[in-house]
Amino acid sequence: MTGTALLDIQDVGKRFQARGRDVLALDGISLRVARGDFLCVCGASGSGKSTLLSLVAGLDTPTAGRITVDGVPVTGPGPDRGLVPQADSLYPWRTVERNVAFGLELLPVGPAERARRVDWYLAETGLSELRNSLPRQLSGGQQQRVAIARALACEPEVLLLDEPFGALDVQTKEDMQVLIRQVWQDTGTTVLMVTHDVEEAVFLGQRVVVLESGPGRVAADIAVDLPAERDLAIKRTPGFLSLRARIEDLVRAQHHTAGQATG
Amino acid sequence: MKPAGVKPGPGEEQAAGRFLEAERASRGPGSASARQDRKDWTALPRRGAAKPPSSLLSIRKPISRKAQLTLTVLSFVIPLLAWVVLSATQVVSPTFLPGPVATLQAGWEMAQSGQLFTDLWDTLRRIVYGFGLAVLVSVPVGIAMGTFMAGRALFEPFLSMVRYLPASAFIPLMMIWLGIDEESKIGVLFLGTVFFNTFMTADVVRSVPAQLINVSYTLGARRDEVLRKVIMPHSLPGIIDAIRVNIAAAWNLVVVAEVVVSTTGLGRRIMQSQRFLETDQIFAILIVIGICGVVIDMLLRLLRNRIGRWAT
Repeated sequence: MTGTALLDIQDVGKRFQARGRDVLALDGISLRVARGDFLCVCGASGSGKSTLLSLVAGLDTPTAGRITVDGVPVTGPGPDRGLVPQADSLYPWRTVERNVAFGLELLPVGPAERARRVDWYLAETGLSELRNSLPRQLSGGQQQRVAIARALACEPEVLLLDEPFGALDVQTKEDMQVLIRQVWQDTGTTVLMVTHDVEEAVFLGQRVVVLESGPGRVAADIAVDLPAERDLAIKRTPGFLSLRARIEDLVRAQHHTAGQATG
Repeated sequence: MKPAGVKPGPGEEQAAGRFLEAERASRGPGSASARQDRKDWTALPRRGAAKPPSSLLSIRKPISRKAQLTLTVLSFVIPLLAWVVLSATQVVSPTFLPGPVATLQAGWEMAQSGQLFTDLWDTLRRIVYGFGLAVLVSVPVGIAMGTFMAGRALFEPFLSMVRYLPASAFIPLMMIWLGIDEESKIGVLFLGTVFFNTFMTADVVRSVPAQLINVSYTLGARRDEVLRKVIMPHSLPGIIDAIRVNIAAAWNLVVVAEVVVSTTGLGRRIMQSQRFLETDQIFAILIVIGICGVVIDMLLRLLRNRIGRWAT
């Protein structure tokens, strides 16, 4: 990677006070994500991967180190880092269209320009037919599409995905994986995604980072050496399977050490 | 989890070996010995099938439309029938229990003279002023309490104490402070509803999911935009629900206040009727109060369902 990382996480640590005890959730995390990269962070539950994402989003502040986006330190949440949570993040009183328009309504953008952009992201995520539906009328997968379109409409520097398909059934999840990969290629956006699903991480990521548990540290940083054009069939190729097994091993090893440490 | 039907490469074989080892290690002692431990256990006794309950009394099971309608009609018809029988047979003296006809007649007379409507209007006006004022104060304070930790620290401890002071106990004090005119009744109504409405509003506002607020920040919303475009619309249906609950309390209080100190209003009319033993009038007024309550509740519910269509 070149010296100009878009997202630069420098020696970041996070300490919590939980029931009077001092818990070190993250320790010495350093990651650099180049513009246009797709980085997946994998780890067992309790590895602090979601904490890391909320630090990048600026919803929480690190107790050590610093995070910069395009050289600018992160001090709080902002539209340059769009977030897609696991589920239930839509505005239930807004239609699909108006959910996607939320960020644009806050900007000095005319109605025509706003509508044009909303239309594009609705089409990109396959939601054009559902534009006037309310969130409660949508399936879980459709809701996540709206959340993705809504975040992308603000044209973030980095798209942050926090286990966005974790609550979906397997078939829907795979559809969404294909979709997000397509969106990534179409928009050229930089993606930082957190997941516990190794198969998903290998399928989507250009790089997979495995987090160690308790405290969270970077255990491995693995380049995914697969072609850029990927469809679901790639999941059955030997190259994919061996990489997946290797990373699953790493995650599982972290899971066991963590289990023995706390249990 | 293991990929099946694919020949593993040499590196992967090693990885898979470690994988299986870890699996075995996590499973603990062999299951054969565990089976030995339970050898002398007798079979767990089984209960016979439960008697199928009547469809009317199955927990949370839908009942037929007909049954539903019948039960609702019965809930009105049975008390009405009891009333008719008790008054017609004169088991209870008509002075204490006027019959439905006498009650209707008294109501008709009051309506004819126009007195019923002036009383009703006076009472309604007091509710509009007293409870309206309470809503104007409690909704912003409740929103502040539910949104800002500072608002919570400032208002909650004090208000949670004063809300248990019974509003009716303030009537004498209100008379001393505000006189016996409208102000004292409006004051009592205000005191009796403002605290509860504040707390209920605060609860509604606090139930806005933190995730929704966080996401809004990442979409570029500033603090005031989060308040206006996220917290307020999400809370609105709940705030109307709180108002629905508390306006019932307002109806209670206004009649109490009018009974104690007033020259007009439905409560006052009840007091006067009592003086002349005109129980038929009291009954008529009670029915009017009941109907008004139902109508207001229905209107508010309509409003809430309109605004909160997204929630149901």
